[in-house]
Amino acid sequence: MTDNQKPVTGAKIASGFAGEPVQSPSGAHANGVDANQVDPIVAAPTEPAPPPAANRIITEILGGNAMISFLAIVLALAIGSVLIAFTNPAVQTSTGYFLSRPGDTFSAIANAIVGAYAALFQGSVYNFERSDFINGIKPLTETLTFATPLIAAGLGVALAFRVGLFNIGGRGQIIIAAACAGWVSWSFPMPYFLHMLVGVLAAVVGGAIWGGLVGLLKARTGAHEVIVTIMLNYVAYYLVSFLLRTPGALQASGSNNPKSPAALDTAIMPNLSNLLSVLFPGAPVGTFRLNFSFVLVILATFLVWYILTRSSLGFRFRVVGQNPNAARVAGIDVNRMYIVALVISGGLVGLAGASQVLGTNTTGFTAGIDGGIGFDAITVALLGRSRPWGVFFSGILFGALKAGGYTMQASQGVPIEIILVVQSVIVLLIAAPPLVRSIFRLPAPGSPVRAARRPGRLTEVVTK
Amino acid sequence: MKLELRGVTKKFGSLVANDRITLTVESGEIHCLLGENGAGKSTLMNVLYGLYQADEGEILLDGVVQHFSGPRDAINAGIGMVHQHFMLIPVFTVAENVMLGHEQTTFGGRLDLDASRAKVREISARFGFEIDPDAVIEDLPVGVQQRVEIIKALSRDAKVLVFDEPTAVLTPQETDELMAIMRQLKANGTSIVFITHKLREVREVADRITVIRLGAVVGEASPSASNTELASMMVGRAIDLTIAKGPELPGDVSLIVTSLSVIDSRAQYVVKNVSFEVRAGEILVIAGVQGNGQTELTEAILGLQSRVEGSITLNGEELVGRPVGGMLDAGVGFIPEDRTEDGLVAEFTIAENLMLDRSMGAPFVRWGTLQLGTLDEFAEATLIEFDIRAQGITTRVGTLSGGNQQKVVLARELSRDLRLFVAAQPTRGLDVGSIEFVHTRIVQARDSGIPVVVVSTELDEVVALADRIAVMYRGGIVGIVPANTPRDVLGLMMAGEIPEGVAA
Ligand SMILES: Nc1ncnc2c1ncn2[C@@H]1O[C@H](COP(=O)(O)OP(=O)(O)OP(=O)(O)O)[C@@H](O)[C@H]1O
Ligand SMILES: [Mg+2]
Repeated sequence: MTDNQKPVTGAKIASGFAGEPVQSPSGAHANGVDANQVDPIVAAPTEPAPPPAANRIITEILGGNAMISFLAIVLALAIGSVLIAFTNPAVQTSTGYFLSRPGDTFSAIANAIVGAYAALFQGSVYNFERSDFINGIKPLTETLTFATPLIAAGLGVALAFRVGLFNIGGRGQIIIAAACAGWVSWSFPMPYFLHMLVGVLAAVVGGAIWGGLVGLLKARTGAHEVIVTIMLNYVAYYLVSFLLRTPGALQASGSNNPKSPAALDTAIMPNLSNLLSVLFPGAPVGTFRLNFSFVLVILATFLVWYILTRSSLGFRFRVVGQNPNAARVAGIDVNRMYIVALVISGGLVGLAGASQVLGTNTTGFTAGIDGGIGFDAITVALLGRSRPWGVFFSGILFGALKAGGYTMQASQGVPIEIILVVQSVIVLLIAAPPLVRSIFRLPAPGSPVRAARRPGRLTEVVTK
Repeated sequence: MKLELRGVTKKFGSLVANDRITLTVESGEIHCLLGENGAGKSTLMNVLYGLYQADEGEILLDGVVQHFSGPRDAINAGIGMVHQHFMLIPVFTVAENVMLGHEQTTFGGRLDLDASRAKVREISARFGFEIDPDAVIEDLPVGVQQRVEIIKALSRDAKVLVFDEPTAVLTPQETDELMAIMRQLKANGTSIVFITHKLREVREVADRITVIRLGAVVGEASPSASNTELASMMVGRAIDLTIAKGPELPGDVSLIVTSLSVIDSRAQYVVKNVSFEVRAGEILVIAGVQGNGQTELTEAILGLQSRVEGSITLNGEELVGRPVGGMLDAGVGFIPEDRTEDGLVAEFTIAENLMLDRSMGAPFVRWGTLQLGTLDEFAEATLIEFDIRAQGITTRVGTLSGGNQQKVVLARELSRDLRLFVAAQPTRGLDVGSIEFVHTRIVQARDSGIPVVVVSTELDEVVALADRIAVMYRGGIVGIVPANTPRDVLGLMMAGEIPEGVAA
């Protein structure tokens, strides 16, 4: 044992630093063999080439720490403030006479920003204007209600990310899952609660099939999952739209609208008010929408945590996500991992669909049931660095932005789009620097470069 | 230009990678850095090149203190670095690569490729390189790519050139050519820092040698010192460079390769109709110049090649067509040639990398759950057994020195129950002490009664390990000869000639 082996508490340092004899060109040309040596993976017609470039990008995005996420949020809120000030009518009027009374402008700006963020807080955490706790706390439960499907779908996207896959198909998976759960919820009378559980199961299976299909296509044909998932979003949307317009399929009978029947009462998830009324009969129980699916989402978070950090399946997932070449050499069936990962990912996204149709939207749904969750989930996964608990808390943040955004618009007249801008800026700040670096092949600031070596493999050039 | 490093200290957390290193490289001098794996050589050079900031100490060029906040500053000050894995963009041409990072533009922001072409031609002419400025990098042999790196450095007027293990990937001939280039550079007044583990090269070109151990300078050595002297200086104790290899006790024929061919994606045969046998308890070394099909041959044995003709049997069982996972479970140990790409996950810890190909069952997995306790115990023991220099088992493999990364792969594969061991370039990048250790372990594997196949381009290694030698050339086996075959005969065979009296 030498000095060299003391434990270290140093900060995270980039790997693959320069100057190491760690790599060796498989010098195809050195002498001899006339054919260029080509990587066996590329050579295999049946096996799609793994995407090292994409893997590196994902690694970089996920490699950042919580600090970066936090800074991104702060910066995004700051940019949001600027927009709030710009769009505020009082600010606009007062700038008209800025030179004569600049103080007016500044106080108008301050009022606009403080008012907006106070409304955001009031709409998402606690409303002090309400007289009693049960009503005051309602915004927080609304936040959690909005967060629930975001977390579920975010977990699905995150799990795929860790395997090196971009699951952009959350929308399609939610729509299919919702259709499955919905169909169970009105077609098959069952005892209370059990009915709901069967509905959830149907949703998870539906999402898993829709996700697994992507994995299958990727593994069998080498099709890129981004393209396949986007296409399957359309397929799901139009398929379910069609079924919703077809009497005898998903359309509510006696209706001309492309809308499904309402779920049977037995299939509806119990909500917090239901629970309180059982626990405290007679007491005021409020009208909470927060429902049982939040419990399921907590369980799902634990499950994903277990899979990724404690299971051998998750270990293989992570190997494939970090270095598909090494995975192959280590005897891991990369294609199978892609399929399994997308099945689990789709299943988790399906849970979001169940929480929609059995939890918050039980009176019948349209093909728009996804409500943007499928795409927001990508943001949630990014912000949470694809760590299960990171996703959980970033889902709650996004839930808060959603819940508070409505209040902000209603009480302060702040356009709801500002919330979208804030969300988008967060994504941009987290995802763009490594993406941009990768596209421009620039080294990450401060970290030694690692670069191309195997001739003929463009993807190796991505620096980190 | 005269380069001085004064008291350079670089810490990673609590690990002192460079400990007050003081070093002077005179103008027109080739200065060798020697040291064990993880001694801190690359770190020191990365500090010099501005990739790392020193915690203490200063860098002086011609007596002037420099402050580098990044490689750009270092380059501007006249420092060039030729990395072992090249920083070239494979799809760009030579001229484009050379100007990358300091693009010159003409009117309207157009890239001035002509200027760059001219520069490539001018420098090539000076050194007698034959390089087409419009050749695309990925079409060039490794040795030529390295020259492009040198041209790139020189095109920015590098007065101090750093070579960090430049020869690990070169053929012997390319190595000789590189040495000649280095001498020529030196004659032009360029100062050179040269890092290598091959003592022969050191002795050939070095003017001075500085030995580094555990991050600190332990002294200077004379280029005329013997291998043993240099080695013991590096390690800090006397070491014996000959491996204890008893005579082989070969058993029955165990691995049989019959008429094996491997076809690549361009429908070319990269391995052509190869047949050989390896007995249990025997080491067959496949010698040959890099790129003559050896890599593909080992990959075919493991099942990593998709288009394979012929048959490979191990103890009577056919291996062709079996999945890689099954092969590993059946006890095939494999050291891939390209360890960072195929053998390790840089972002994973040492412990995780030690179970990379054992994620299917006992001892590290039970009921689908990782047995982290077992893994940690195993990793702790392995770290000591294989002398892997790291802060601990949770250190990320990507931060290990090159040689120590290689040791992680070796440790993983050699610490299993094996029925066949296949190693491609097992000691590339290792220091002399570690090479002997690994050789000893490979001989131990043989003595446990399994067939061993080693691919090596180093004649020293071929001769040290082999019980029999198969020489490959252009995808075929030129001949299989006994271990005591003279080196010049082997050399001829590696060039594809079949000398008199050798059974093909
Ligand atoms: N980025 C990093 N983060 C943490 N530790 C590092 C980092 N880079 C190097 N080290 C550690 O510093 C020590 C010196 O490493 P270095 O790469 O300089 O060794 P080396 O002399 O080049 O060895 P080799 O001959 O194996 O290439 C090692 O213990 C290594 O693990
Ligand atoms: Mg090194």
